[in-house]
Amino acid sequence: MSEITMETNQVNDRSIDLSAPDDQVRFITKVPDRPRDMEPQTIVEPKISVRNLDFYYGSYRALKGNDLDIAANKVTAIIGPSGCGKSTHIRVYNRIYELYREQRASGEVILDGENILAPRYDLIKLRKKVGMIFQKPTPFPMTVFDNVAYGLKLHYKMSRGELAARVEKALRDAALWAEVKDKLNEPGTALSGGQQQRLVIARAIAVQPEVLLMDEPTSAIDPVATAKIEELVEQLKEQYTIVIVTHNMQQAARISDYTAFFYEGEIVEFGPTKTIFTKPAKKQTEDYITGRFG
Amino acid sequence: MIERNAAPRKIVDLLVKVLSSFAALIGIFFLGWILLVVVQKGSAAINWEFFTALPAPPGIEGGGVANALVGTLIITIIATVLGVPIGALAGVYLSEFGRSTRFGALVRFNINVLMGVPSIIVGLFVYTMLVKPVQHFSGYAGAVSLAIIMLPVVARTTEDMLTLVPNALRESALALGAPRWKVTLNVVFRAAKSGMITGTLLAVARISGETAPLLFTALNSPFWPESLAQPMANLTVTIFNYAMSPFAVWQQIAWGASLIIMAAVLALNLLARVGMSGGRK
Repeated sequence: MSEITMETNQVNDRSIDLSAPDDQVRFITKVPDRPRDMEPQTIVEPKISVRNLDFYYGSYRALKGNDLDIAANKVTAIIGPSGCGKSTHIRVYNRIYELYREQRASGEVILDGENILAPRYDLIKLRKKVGMIFQKPTPFPMTVFDNVAYGLKLHYKMSRGELAARVEKALRDAALWAEVKDKLNEPGTALSGGQQQRLVIARAIAVQPEVLLMDEPTSAIDPVATAKIEELVEQLKEQYTIVIVTHNMQQAARISDYTAFFYEGEIVEFGPTKTIFTKPAKKQTEDYITGRFG
Repeated sequence: MIERNAAPRKIVDLLVKVLSSFAALIGIFFLGWILLVVVQKGSAAINWEFFTALPAPPGIEGGGVANALVGTLIITIIATVLGVPIGALAGVYLSEFGRSTRFGALVRFNINVLMGVPSIIVGLFVYTMLVKPVQHFSGYAGAVSLAIIMLPVVARTTEDMLTLVPNALRESALALGAPRWKVTLNVVFRAAKSGMITGTLLAVARISGETAPLLFTALNSPFWPESLAQPMANLTVTIFNYAMSPFAVWQQIAWGASLIIMAAVLALNLLARVGMSGGRK
């Protein structure tokens, strides 16, 4: 049994490419009591603080008492097996779940000191502040230019010239400008899958949000496009607080600063990505990361 | 374990293929036959006078259906103007706002029932509401009855087309901070545009051939349509009256009018098909 685990672990090590020393990475040999310094570090002045968040689909309780701090201008990855509540969790941050009548959340999600779950919190203000990228690219049935301009026109009044400049800036920031500058008047749906996803990112960042939620943004696109988006996330975190849900553990290890491991609606473990991937405190986390389940 | 003989399966396969092809051929055969007869008999009636002249008194040669053409056009346009916006908005409600509500389910059930109501009943209903109280037939009563027939068809096709738009698209527009009505108007409608146009065209095609509801409402008239409050000439009731008449000239005009309606419905269907394929690109 332990031999098999060692094997899996080594495979992971090679692909994860963490900078930790080799003997530390091979954590699989049982450590009965973990030293104090391996506890997750607390985040000072979090951008988002989730407290005691419960979520229900009808009567089914999908999230159970989630507590989580999201650090500003960092990438926080949310990992866990299918159906564990990863997407459900981030869909609370912009209250997009409210589109569906049977879904509801309780608890607190504090964004910049205000509880966004308070009924009085302005949804439009919230969604301008918290942008979201979905699993499948969702270009609107309009031109590339109009796709990016859509959010801008919703929130700002500006001249045509300024609009064009802002659209260009957003497309540049999304690393798409070079590929679409001659296709601005073509339908957004005519782009390739990877381009569409970057178009959607451009559309989201054009309105200048502060937080970007990414719900498995690369699971529907090819590896080359995935690499481009990961690179983009690296650049975007300078300006935005990013929360990314991913099924891909290597991706989480590559691009995130913090990682939260979800299992059956609960946050099993949260901490700096390096800690989670090298010295997880919980057995469940370890088992998931090493590929023993999930 | 004994291996099964493949021969019976092959025979059944062949049998199903032959029977289903035969059934398809029967359908096409009757459609072709109808088209052939109507074109044959109808084309003889069609000439300049047919399109421009008022009906001639019985027994007198010539005469046309110009007033009925104009009347049908007026009634159909008014019915479309009345029926499409209400139907489309009801469809929007069903898909966007009342999808999983009790009231939505109630509305949907009622629309399904309304779709199944025979058109003659709709005609009778409008007769009692709009004709009987004023003691005379009228063009607007005809338009209202056709609008009522159109309404559930447009509502259901709109709902179906909007439901086909993936929720991910609504979510991404909402996630940008768009209010619900803008999401519906700018994003969902755009995505469902060709389907909605197709549905509307098919609904227009459907009502342009209706006769029974017009018998009780617009009736018919040998004169040019002058007022919506008067009985109004229209092609389908003209066909009904002329085809039943003992005069050969009138019977021929009925064939001609049939050809016109058939061509118009065919054209609308083709247009809808073009719209469909255009939207798929």
